[in-house]
Amino acid sequence: MTEVMTLIGGRSSKQGTALCAGKLAPEYIELTSVVEMNVEDMARLGLSNNSKVRLRTPVGEAVLRCKGRETKDLPSGILFMVYGPMTTQLMAGDTAASGMPISKNIDVEVEPVPEAGTGT
Amino acid sequence: MGSSLRIVNGRVYDPANGVDGEVRDVCIRDGKIAADAPPDAKRIDAAGMVVMPGGVDIHCHIAGPKVNLARKVQPEDHRYDVHPRTRVTRSGTGGSVPSTFATGYRYAGLGYTTAMEAAVTPLGARHALEELHDTPVIDKGFYVLVGNNVLLYRLLQEGRLEEFRNALAWWIKVTKAYAPKLVNPGGDELWKGQRNANITSLDDKIGPFELTPRKVIAGFIEAATALGLPHPVHIHCNNLGHTGNVATTLETMRLAEGRRTHFAHVQFNSYGPAAGKSQTNPTSGAREIAEFVNTHPNISADVGAVMFGRSTIMTGDAPLAYMLRQFGGTKWVNADTENESGCGIVPFTYQDRVYTNAMQWAVGLELFLLSQDPWRMVFSTDHPNGGSFVTYPRLIRLLMDREFRKARMAEVNQKALDRSGLRDLSREYSLNEIAIVTRAGPARLLGLTRKGQLGVGADADVTIYEEDPDKEKMFSAPRYVIKDGELIIEDHEFRVDHEGRLLHVAPDFDPGIEQVIEPFFEDFYTIRFANYAVDDRYAPHHEIIPTAPQAAGARP
Amino acid sequence: MSENLKFVPHATCTFCGCVCDDMDLTVDMDEKRITKAENACVLGKAWFREHGIEQRPYALIGGREATTAEGVEEAAQILARARFPLIYGLSDTTCEAQRVAVAIADMIGGTVDTTTSVCHGPSGIAFETVGESTASLGEIKNRADMVVFWGGNPAEAHPRLFSRYAVTPKGMYIPNGRKDRTVVLVDVRRTMSTPVADIFLRVKPRSDFEVLWALRALVKGRRVDPSIERRTGVSLAVLEDLVARMKSCRYGAFLFGMGLTMTRGRHFNSGALLALTTDLNEFTHWVAKPVRGHGNVTGADNVVSWQTGFPFGVNFSRGYPRFNPGEFTTVDLLARGETDAILILASDPAANFPKAAIEHLKRIPVISLDPKTTLTSQLARVAFTTATYGINVGGTVYRMDDVAITLRPAFESPYPSDEEILSAIRDRVRALLGGNRVPAVAPAVAAAS
Repeated sequence: MTEVMTLIGGRSSKQGTALCAGKLAPEYIELTSVVEMNVEDMARLGLSNNSKVRLRTPVGEAVLRCKGRETKDLPSGILFMVYGPMTTQLMAGDTAASGMPISKNIDVEVEPVPEAGTGT
Repeated sequence: MGSSLRIVNGRVYDPANGVDGEVRDVCIRDGKIAADAPPDAKRIDAAGMVVMPGGVDIHCHIAGPKVNLARKVQPEDHRYDVHPRTRVTRSGTGGSVPSTFATGYRYAGLGYTTAMEAAVTPLGARHALEELHDTPVIDKGFYVLVGNNVLLYRLLQEGRLEEFRNALAWWIKVTKAYAPKLVNPGGDELWKGQRNANITSLDDKIGPFELTPRKVIAGFIEAATALGLPHPVHIHCNNLGHTGNVATTLETMRLAEGRRTHFAHVQFNSYGPAAGKSQTNPTSGAREIAEFVNTHPNISADVGAVMFGRSTIMTGDAPLAYMLRQFGGTKWVNADTENESGCGIVPFTYQDRVYTNAMQWAVGLELFLLSQDPWRMVFSTDHPNGGSFVTYPRLIRLLMDREFRKARMAEVNQKALDRSGLRDLSREYSLNEIAIVTRAGPARLLGLTRKGQLGVGADADVTIYEEDPDKEKMFSAPRYVIKDGELIIEDHEFRVDHEGRLLHVAPDFDPGIEQVIEPFFEDFYTIRFANYAVDDRYAPHHEIIPTAPQAAGARP
Repeated sequence: MSENLKFVPHATCTFCGCVCDDMDLTVDMDEKRITKAENACVLGKAWFREHGIEQRPYALIGGREATTAEGVEEAAQILARARFPLIYGLSDTTCEAQRVAVAIADMIGGTVDTTTSVCHGPSGIAFETVGESTASLGEIKNRADMVVFWGGNPAEAHPRLFSRYAVTPKGMYIPNGRKDRTVVLVDVRRTMSTPVADIFLRVKPRSDFEVLWALRALVKGRRVDPSIERRTGVSLAVLEDLVARMKSCRYGAFLFGMGLTMTRGRHFNSGALLALTTDLNEFTHWVAKPVRGHGNVTGADNVVSWQTGFPFGVNFSRGYPRFNPGEFTTVDLLARGETDAILILASDPAANFPKAAIEHLKRIPVISLDPKTTLTSQLARVAFTTATYGINVGGTVYRMDDVAITLRPAFESPYPSDEEILSAIRDRVRALLGGNRVPAVAPAVAAAS
């Protein structure tokens, strides 16, 4: 099953500190491969913390691990992740003559990715 | 610098040395005017041409934080007026607020070799210096905004006058400024701290301070006089732009009490009370102001003439810009600087059919034509506030050519003209007088002894114009421009690029004053005291003009 | 840790646009490492800690180790040959280097664009349409009794915006610091920043413009339909309360982030906020300030503006500067496949640009200057290793409020500065071209067309 949700790209302090060490360091790559999702949405989709999930837009897709957030912090239907190599896969190159590609509040299709061997 | 030049057959206008149109040689050696030049020196035949010292602009806005905001806010003003690069010069854009490179080249292209940026916040000094470094050809300096400085106000309020004077000297020196500038003294505190209010008279209380503009202005004149600065306090008076402000201006001029004081762009402060049924349309106050200046040799002024067309209001007088916003259209910029200043920017167009604009135009011309001492009522448009510096040739023609002026007068708002005194004035400026108001006069008011003149030892900044009955055409494009002895423009074309000098002062102060200033920084600034002073890297080519005590002490 | 320690007071952190100049650094001179950064936030501490000297080649040409001089020659050849070259980045280096970067673009008739175009570029466009009432950060510290953060998360991205400039510090007319201010936060989600706020408005994604426009209407005394809540997630009563507070404060400040510029509405969102700020000045004093990310992105805006008249996305191919976002901005030039060579100065577009733009980067010669290996440097034809500005290199940076600050480098790097490499490239390109490249079309004709 897939659902359409709204993806917000942003920054976090962990990303900021990891950035100083280098964007090719494992910590940075790990940080930029996690998507935060509303816990109720995750339950509905049969996802738990660290489950793999595929995000897809008309230009590309990315497979990420998800992390639950309570509704008071992240409403249903909203996803958050820090900018990085994964978000670039989902962004369209068109800027509507502004120079700025849409980097926040992107509509994405969300699809759980079954993991081999875990049986879940 | 090593090259030598001999300019022959030109009619020389060098009023500082009493030379009024004589045909004589001008020799250049090692960047200076010399008594003679070696036989192999390059000769420039200036037959049919006029030779003058390079122009000196005593008041313009060409570099620094507010100028850059004004550039950024008007892409539409650059697009139609581009400045292409050549093999040797950088490209840029023009409009009323040109890019730095275009500014330098265009000043040089009019025969100007020195210009003074007239309003920089101390905190913006580093930025202004970076821009001035990228402003080619001309020598340049800036006036530092001190007239709304919170710490200086505190010292003045507490009567700590010696510390006040030392702190003023400190501020001028550490920012590498040329002169202290006051803008609408007291206005910023009301603007920023009291819901966008403003000062309306010299005796208003300045917000929480036990001070009035009268007390502040007098305090600065006193301190600057004691410091013996080459250029005195440079004042943008209160109530600028307001109908009836001539009374405030005269009151402010009286505060000088015989001490040297410069009044910036007085045209904007020379409006009489409202005329007829109108509550706001000003009459001309030019006659009163001109008369005061004529009879008070301690007072000097630049006119700040208004030229019709596109301009940009950019000023430390934030309430003024806010008021003009209602006429200016859609864009308004305001920028507050902590403890130091306000700032306002509004793109603006002066229209000849509009009563107020026509009156401003007429008042500017009246001030010129009523002035009896061209050495003390000098040329400016307060670029770009009254109009761009590229309009200078037209303004020169308006002063030199009565018929041209009459024709122009016929096209402007006649009601305004009726209430000005312009119709009664038939004076025409001579070339010698033009040389005074655009060169010799401003240089003398600035205390730049080696500029604005062609005597032996003077800086070899020379402009050669082809004579033409149309003075606008003549002054629009000099045939040759020489800067520091280098032939920059030859046959109207740039031959080489050139970097001019920063001109600044470094008044002495009691170093103990830093113990007074530093704690204030800890509490109320967001930059550390140790990081505030601008170091010498920002002035790779510079010249320190000595204060009177320094000159007397013959310091190196 | 060695005994050979050096103390560098009053140093400046260039990690983010706060550009805090109160860093007191302790440097281990034997290990060439900053061991302590007093006053630094968590980001600043990482910035100083992680910028030691790494053993990297001075330059890589096609992956092969090379000297800086060889890299300069190769880079100059690429730029002199290119027909539509682009110089991009600029926001994490000194103004001195930025000035040379623009000079090269001017000389070769290329394009210069900065990370502003994918940051607050839309706010720059908004500025050009409505202007801006703004202030230096010290005015906010000294005077602001109401502060509204919109579309940003300073607690994680600009921590000292709260602690040094806008929320907790005591100021001249804010004697009690935090207690004297009303703090409002507007965002689409709760973040680490939310707890700082007295009032939190959670707006629905993609509805910032509607909220701002409703506020404008209310400020001007117009009626707003209660259905605004359905559209935006914020009730009319909350908006009315906010407007009442805004009109009655003494000195208000908006600090807004990329929550406005990177989403639907882009420059319209920033423009609405700037227009609201202007409107509020009918009643009391209000200022607004885009919160800037990179350490010297504000310097890049200033340098490009004073040299060309335009803030970013500037093309010189006709012999003079032209500005057109969407035409001369980097994402567009790359995604459309127009650029045929690119010099990337202190930026990593391969890590954050849209996929189509990154694909084009892989097709053209890339010249990169960076202290670290990045995704961009990995795909570069010429990759220079440079010294880090603010840590090894002096010069000038501009804080987000346009205040210029002089850097105090802590220790020397064996690698050259951006300015040194760029100056060498500029001189070599000039020699190859014999001066500035002047277009065949006469400038007067070009200007008239």
